[in-house]
Amino acid sequence: MNRAEPWQSAEIPGPKKALPISKPEIVAAMVKKAKRPILIVGHKAAEIEIGEERLVDYLIRFANSSKTPIVTTAHILKEFAERGFTPAASMPAMDIANRLQDPEWKGVDGKGQHDLALFAGLPYYMEWLMLSGLKNFSQELKTVSLGRFYQPNASWSFPNLGLEEWKKNLDAVENQLKGR
Amino acid sequence: MPRKGMHIKIDELKSNLGTLKGFELTVGRIVEAAPAEELGPTPFPSTTELREWDFKLLQKYRPFYMPFCDVCCLCTFGKCDLSQGKRGACGLDMAAQQSRIVLLACCIGAATHLTHARHLVEHLMEKSGRECRIDVGGLNVQVEAPVTRLVCGIEPRTLEDLEEVLDYCETEVTHLLSATHTGQEGSSLDFESKVFHAGMIDQVSLEVADIAQISALNLPKADPEAPLVNIGLGTIDASKPVIMVVGHNILPAVEISDYLEHNGLQGMVEVTGLCCTAHDITRYEPKAKIVGPISWQLRYLRSGIPDVIVVDEQCIRADSLDEAKKIKAPLIASSAKNCLGLPNRTHDQADAIVADLVSGKIPGALILEPEKVGEVAARTAVLIAPKRKKLKAIPSSRRIIEDAKTCRKCYECVRACPNDLPILEAVIEAANGKLRKLADLYDDCIGCARCESACPENLAIHSFIAKAAEKEMKQEAYLIRAGRGAIQDVEIRNVGGPIVLGEIPGVIAFVGCANYPKGGEEVAEMAIEFAKRRYIVLTSGCSAMSAAMYKDQEGKNPYEAYSGAFDAGGIVNVGSCVANSHIAGAAIKIASIFAKRKLLGNYEEIADYIHNRVGAVGVAWGAMSQKAASIAGGFWRLGVPVIVGPHGSKYRRVLLGRKDLDEDWYVYDARTGDRVYAGPTPEHLFFAAETKEEAMVMTAKLCMRPNDTAKGRAVKLTHYVDLSKRLCGTMPDDLHLFIRTAADVPITMRDEIMAVLKEKGWKEGKTPDPTLLPRMIRKKEET
Repeated sequence: MNRAEPWQSAEIPGPKKALPISKPEIVAAMVKKAKRPILIVGHKAAEIEIGEERLVDYLIRFANSSKTPIVTTAHILKEFAERGFTPAASMPAMDIANRLQDPEWKGVDGKGQHDLALFAGLPYYMEWLMLSGLKNFSQELKTVSLGRFYQPNASWSFPNLGLEEWKKNLDAVENQLKGR
Repeated sequence: MPRKGMHIKIDELKSNLGTLKGFELTVGRIVEAAPAEELGPTPFPSTTELREWDFKLLQKYRPFYMPFCDVCCLCTFGKCDLSQGKRGACGLDMAAQQSRIVLLACCIGAATHLTHARHLVEHLMEKSGRECRIDVGGLNVQVEAPVTRLVCGIEPRTLEDLEEVLDYCETEVTHLLSATHTGQEGSSLDFESKVFHAGMIDQVSLEVADIAQISALNLPKADPEAPLVNIGLGTIDASKPVIMVVGHNILPAVEISDYLEHNGLQGMVEVTGLCCTAHDITRYEPKAKIVGPISWQLRYLRSGIPDVIVVDEQCIRADSLDEAKKIKAPLIASSAKNCLGLPNRTHDQADAIVADLVSGKIPGALILEPEKVGEVAARTAVLIAPKRKKLKAIPSSRRIIEDAKTCRKCYECVRACPNDLPILEAVIEAANGKLRKLADLYDDCIGCARCESACPENLAIHSFIAKAAEKEMKQEAYLIRAGRGAIQDVEIRNVGGPIVLGEIPGVIAFVGCANYPKGGEEVAEMAIEFAKRRYIVLTSGCSAMSAAMYKDQEGKNPYEAYSGAFDAGGIVNVGSCVANSHIAGAAIKIASIFAKRKLLGNYEEIADYIHNRVGAVGVAWGAMSQKAASIAGGFWRLGVPVIVGPHGSKYRRVLLGRKDLDEDWYVYDARTGDRVYAGPTPEHLFFAAETKEEAMVMTAKLCMRPNDTAKGRAVKLTHYVDLSKRLCGTMPDDLHLFIRTAADVPITMRDEIMAVLKEKGWKEGKTPDPTLLPRMIRKKEET
């Protein structure tokens, strides 16, 4: 399979497609450059295994390292609570996407719209559509998909990766963001 | 618009003057008696007459578009790239294009129900007479067609009265479809208004179809104790000849049932069905059996159990003829909408058609007369069953293991699966001789077989799954209450007050198709949860079936464990897709019967009432089709929120409220004319939930209405908080928006909630007599 093709074969978007993240430094640089990043975490983060842990465990470390606030969707909030982490907000995936496309929204902390949104743990097709909405109606916002599979509607996305390779990339991103 | 009334038909008349043959005369409408009620302002509304009402809703619930494709390819200017603010050659932008596609979907859905209704009405007039009385509940139902009364402003009494309703609907759908042509509508909001109009027209069509078939075919008439009927593959006696009916149009199935009865074959041939035809045939003949929702279609076909397959219309697999050939079962197509390339044998003798089907000379036939379908299907089933010996298209375990060894491990099956199921893992395990993981896929598989189409080795993966889960399939034996149809007026009188005051926390309808993210059991779980909480739970279509295919620890399924009455704690199967009109009808009748609002042609006022006072929510957890879109559209215009599952996000847009924008949530207090903050009630109009848990919390939240009494709001908040804590592990962070006065706070949670309110800086507000319509302000009327 071509690594920068949509994971679900028929989910072809159109002329504008995500740039593949060829090395972890790209994500780290984007987060470092962003003034108001945010990380959206869907319910699958509690189901997806990544090495010895779940994706949610990695994302908590990512958020702590990069000082990126987290918005949880669906019912995953309790997984964070069990791990002693308090997200900045919890709201449905549809709501956070809708707010991110509104230039007047003041963000989760009331201080202004976000300039970078990272996504992980959402159902593939749902994230695909949310990113499509943001790509088309929120051109100031940059989006990054941290999932294992290529999301063509993001600004940047990992190509389709094997589990080990994905873990290696995520670990590298986190390492580079420590002390941000 | 022209309205037909008197109709004279003379087949043959011989007189001194000569012979008259095939004479038909239709003249203008004859009104038997003036309706008792004054006609409202918008009878038979045109595309734009309710536009202002639509815009009121759309100001609160703004569309969030999620394009499924960046381009438009509908004309030869294209493809046009509309991404990121670009316009197409015609000038259309992306928002308008998305809403245009939604309108197209809703027009397809409405046209489908409408032509279905037209076919039923014409056929039933032919069979039962034009004067056949509309009777959907005897003395228990005086408001026999609430949607039609509301939209059209007429009180249909006979089947022929429905003709002018259908005329109107056909005109409107044509207008709406024309608006999607290149160079017509250019505004996304106007497209959305037209979407609402299509939904409303669809709702009328649904009602016409169901009240016609209930009346003429004597289906259950608003009966809370409609019979419990069999559902599940395990209920079928495969030793008998088996006829499979699938689709939505009951007429061929009725004729099959009648033929069997009139020819002493009843009980000797199994009549089994899928999708809404199955619902409706069990409403007509409770001995018929429902196989399951539409996702069971392929696995049932390949099981080889059906000896004859009769397809009518809607939701039928386009490859059903190919699948029928695999098991050497003849297929009869019975609808002009779905001819499948088969020879038209409508005018041939039944004997000749049966002979050709039984001998295998033809794989199937198109027969457009339901009576003939009935005879041919029944006779063919009896004759072919001993020859077919239930030939199936499902491989042996040994063959699966051998085939699985050819797997290239390319992942194409997984990448084609809508639910991203671990198919490859299961196939690899099968290659090692174990089928357990294939069997584990069974419950979550939606039966689309895209995995097979994608497989470069042509592995019959769906059949693998069916074989691996053969034992589970054979154990599928449940009961479902046959679709009861309408809600009785007396039931509305009994629960109208508690619903409007909020003491019955809500009316929740689980409706629609079977494109579930995690199997149908989630529908059953949700329905049971809300019934236990004393909501009124309604079901219809494939969702009603999925709710049935579940047993509790005592071995009871939801329809056995819960009442079929429209009352707190009931689980009420109204019936097939077209019976969804009774759900809207119940909401309308609360406004009309309980609150005594004028009904005829008074759409805005009734919708305003429902939106602000009736805590109803639709949940279409597996919504898949264009029909589901148009059904939802009908509820949107009434101001009733609809939740879909995650696959529903593929409808390309949601209608979301913004609870953080206070100015969006003001209503008029009809007593004073003051604008009052009423809170985000309901918060959304069309919402795609990511998980069952999120959907349940949102459902409880969306049942709140500005009119709730303090007691009612406290009850609703109790459920909202409780579900949120249990399923999401947290107290909701928006409680302060729903508590108007301290009296709204549930007593059992007082300390906890008051602490939250203090933290949020909550201030006491007012409980209005809510309306969005300035003309409903009583003070202004007085001055």
